[in-house]
Amino acid sequence: MTIWRGMACAVLVLVVCLSLFASWLAPDGYAKQYREVADAPPSATHWLGTDEIGRDRFARVLYGTRISLLLAPAAALLSTLMAALIGGLAGYVGGAWARIAMAITDLFLSLPWLFLLITVRALLPLNVSPLVSVLVTFLMLGLLGWTAAARVLCTTAGTLRGSDFVRQARASGISPTRLFWIHVAPNLKPVLYAQFWISIPVFILSEANLGILGLGVAEPMPSWGSLLRELEGLVSIGEQPWKFVSLLLLVIVVTSFQLVLSQEEAAA
Amino acid sequence: MLGQKIARHGITIVATVLIGALVSATLVRLAPGFDTDEAQLDPHLSSSSIEALRQSRLEQHNVLAFYVRSLKRATHGDLGTSISLGQPVSQLLKERVPLTIRLAGMGLLLSWAIVLALALTAAWLRLTAYDTLATMLSGTLLCMPAAVLALLSVLWNMPGALAIALIIFPRDFRFTRNLLAKAYALPHVLAARASGISESRILFRQVVPVVLPQLLALAGVSISLALGAAIPVEALCGLAGVGQLAWQAALARDLPLLVNITTLVTLVTLLANSSADVIGHMFGGQPS
Amino acid sequence: MLGLLPALAAAQGELRFCLRSEPKTFDPLKVEDDASVAVRYLTGGVLVRMNRQTQALEPELAQSWKVSKDGKQITFKLRSGISFSDGTPFSAEDVAYTVRQMMDPALHSPTGDAFRSGPGNVETKIISPTQISITFPASVAGLDRQFDQVAIVSAHSPKKEMAVLGPFMVAEYKSGASLLLKRNPNYWKTDAQGRKLPYLDSIKLDIQPNRDVEMLRFKRNELDLINSLDSEYFDKLATTAPQVVHDAGPSLDSEQMWFNEVAKAPLPPYKKAWFRSAAFRRAVSQAINRDDMARLVFRGHAQPAMGPFSPANKFWFDAKLKPIAYSPDAALKSLQSEGFRFENGTLKDKDGNPVVFSIITNSGNKYRERMATMIQDDLQKIGIHINVVTLDFPSLIERMTQSFDYEAILLGLTNVGLDPNEEMNVWLSSSENHQWNPKEPAPETTWEAEIDRLMRLQASSADPKKRKEAFDRVQEIVVEQSPFIFLVNRNALSAVAQDVQGAAPVILVPQTYWNVERISLK
Repeated sequence: MTIWRGMACAVLVLVVCLSLFASWLAPDGYAKQYREVADAPPSATHWLGTDEIGRDRFARVLYGTRISLLLAPAAALLSTLMAALIGGLAGYVGGAWARIAMAITDLFLSLPWLFLLITVRALLPLNVSPLVSVLVTFLMLGLLGWTAAARVLCTTAGTLRGSDFVRQARASGISPTRLFWIHVAPNLKPVLYAQFWISIPVFILSEANLGILGLGVAEPMPSWGSLLRELEGLVSIGEQPWKFVSLLLLVIVVTSFQLVLSQEEAAA
Repeated sequence: MLGQKIARHGITIVATVLIGALVSATLVRLAPGFDTDEAQLDPHLSSSSIEALRQSRLEQHNVLAFYVRSLKRATHGDLGTSISLGQPVSQLLKERVPLTIRLAGMGLLLSWAIVLALALTAAWLRLTAYDTLATMLSGTLLCMPAAVLALLSVLWNMPGALAIALIIFPRDFRFTRNLLAKAYALPHVLAARASGISESRILFRQVVPVVLPQLLALAGVSISLALGAAIPVEALCGLAGVGQLAWQAALARDLPLLVNITTLVTLVTLLANSSADVIGHMFGGQPS
Repeated sequence: MLGLLPALAAAQGELRFCLRSEPKTFDPLKVEDDASVAVRYLTGGVLVRMNRQTQALEPELAQSWKVSKDGKQITFKLRSGISFSDGTPFSAEDVAYTVRQMMDPALHSPTGDAFRSGPGNVETKIISPTQISITFPASVAGLDRQFDQVAIVSAHSPKKEMAVLGPFMVAEYKSGASLLLKRNPNYWKTDAQGRKLPYLDSIKLDIQPNRDVEMLRFKRNELDLINSLDSEYFDKLATTAPQVVHDAGPSLDSEQMWFNEVAKAPLPPYKKAWFRSAAFRRAVSQAINRDDMARLVFRGHAQPAMGPFSPANKFWFDAKLKPIAYSPDAALKSLQSEGFRFENGTLKDKDGNPVVFSIITNSGNKYRERMATMIQDDLQKIGIHINVVTLDFPSLIERMTQSFDYEAILLGLTNVGLDPNEEMNVWLSSSENHQWNPKEPAPETTWEAEIDRLMRLQASSADPKKRKEAFDRVQEIVVEQSPFIFLVNRNALSAVAQDVQGAAPVILVPQTYWNVERISLK
């Protein structure tokens, strides 16, 4: 294991442990409003200061990590698997099936899914628990976020289908299913890893944007995405660098994920 | 053979665009808030005026009928009238499409220039530190909300195209870097390197033909990403393009405008991806 | 070199500021959105104008006017020798044409709707080219003041509504980007020294919905004013350039929440019972800390609301109303006396149902999102659990006006005018905008019936004292029954660059450029 990969593992373990021990590290929780010290800078009591209505930012970052760190990778995994199945299989099968699959993929890329998400929100009861709301959000992201990678996977699988080693394997009498899983699928890994790694921060940010439609985490539950939305008041937060902690944390975690995955990417 | 391929793509494009327009009209029509107008909350309005507001959308209630009427009108060049802006859709698109094409086009070119520069040098040099730095750069940009990047472009007086490039670059970089790394690890490339063939020859003769179809597919997809990125960038930079129009239309549930914008986006996406397929096929290794 | 251009433009007398959205129409009779209202104010010529500073009605295109005792008829004596921006002469015919168009039921003019006090046709009588009388089928309260919103349209000009009588005219419109207004060469007004007005050559309006970008551009001297400034930006600017920010005090606007009292709403019966109980509503109101809301959400640039009208509306505000005291203990006691029980941190009704409901507000409004979160925290203290849901506006409107599938809503009311008659459609129980229970076939409660009676009484009276008495009582009933829980009245905040001369921001819309014809640039 390289030093970089070791450090990345250590960072991820630390972040996970911090989020798991959030209730011990921030016993007052993420919702308590210290209204007398609202929008305060970092202090001994509030290590990352407080937000506009006095909630401890450190507590919110910790609890938000649980939501985002658990659900974003899960949604990323879902979208990656769907991209593999749809794009990979289509490219492997080829012919009219590939054309139809890619036409559907292109359609998926172009349609205004905003309205589907609005409809999903309308179908959910207003008193749905914040956890269910955020689960539904990440599920929707996973189900809709596979299209870009599917296209690339289809092309890759199509190229592999015509390659010498696949032809040799086919000529040796191997079944199409075995051929796909043993010879083709492993060669799709570079694209799959890229898709997985990209999807994590994209879904975290998308979850925050879906707050506009009533999806995503509901107040007072925090998520990285909702914390990152603070940055949109860029003009006014320039002199408050502690508000960038959530961005820094996300960058560190995403980069650490990548460094951990890079071994598998290199081997793929 | 190529002609047949192009013809097949052409038919697929037409069919997909027609279906896409109907599906998007259905999505908009069925979404909550379709029959509403912010104006109805104005306490000055009488009941009959509020009722008139509701009735103004009556002709769009039946999606299929609306769609067929729109298609018939479109054959005469009439794309309908925007409900939210009260202007002909064709005029709105004519005014705004060129700006979006310029913005997204420049953004894409810039993005791919950065992607190829970084990814090629990473694959070429095979230095862990360089790769890690490039990863951290793309990771940082990937973690920044698009609205923040757009705001930064306003803050630092950068062109909107650069904001789009910075939004798209990290996504394309990772795929490209992995594809190139994989290609450089192929036995025949390793053998070529071992035999002392120059790096540029290896790149253009051995590596590029292997990854070109996938890179073209990625390029096709990144056109959709660029159009999506145009929405926050145009809105925040005050650029009157199609992205800004799309967002306004979505908020107002402006069916005529949304259907036409979706049709346009679908057409562009399909053309881009089909072109990528055809060109990739010409260089070999494409599904037929 | 390029950086000097904004400064050069200003030196030529071009005022620059932003519109938050695209104007939907330039026809002054069809105006309803804020951006179109702004354009109408800058380009439209009116018969009378309410001075936004003194709130007195002043002559404009009309030299004088007389309202009949029964409030049904108004006679205007017009100025002579005035032309529209394209040279077409102005006369009583244009006023008649404007009124006929405005009152045409097929046009559904929001401006015209404000005059619809009863069934029947409006009659216009041209007495002479400079004299006209207009007769309405029923009394219109504050008849003369209503004409402040009526921009006169030419009956003869080929340019139709683009021929204007105001200080500026639309010169260039780039959809989605900007609007350029140039001085109307035929504007009739002069200053005391006989100089032609307006002083400015032009006004450039950029379409920019994002307040962060607007603030950035103001700081970079690319804009001359921000008409409605966010409180955090106010504070930021106040530290670096205190002379550019203006706090005109509480505005007429209010933020409020209400419960769904619609009988056919798809809610469980026990929730309907809560929401239809005045005691429940009052208890919720008592449990909300308005001072904290004003202090934290609006950074002190707001004050707790006391009732339907802001104290800034000096004549109509009922001075007998007292601030609503924050008292969670009293709120809990009141609920307990209604049969509610506080058990293990949860409030339950007499049937054991935990008091849980959702409050929806429009997304993208950070102030309302924070207010909702504070309400959530306040009510948690008395065991009421709230789910905060932010929705896009069309979805919210649909729930509010069509499906009635909501429990509580947090929204605001923007008051453009002072007269309670402008809110007739909010208070009448049969109206569409009677938000907590719209379009009641008959008033469902005695207090709503009383409000109906009082609103009709004040609308039909020409005596300001009688009208005030009636509306004071309406305000008192509203506070007692709390169909709306009024939260805060925001202050009217604005920013005006130092180069701008003559601006005097006020609370009435348009705050900073109400006297645009007398504004100039150094």
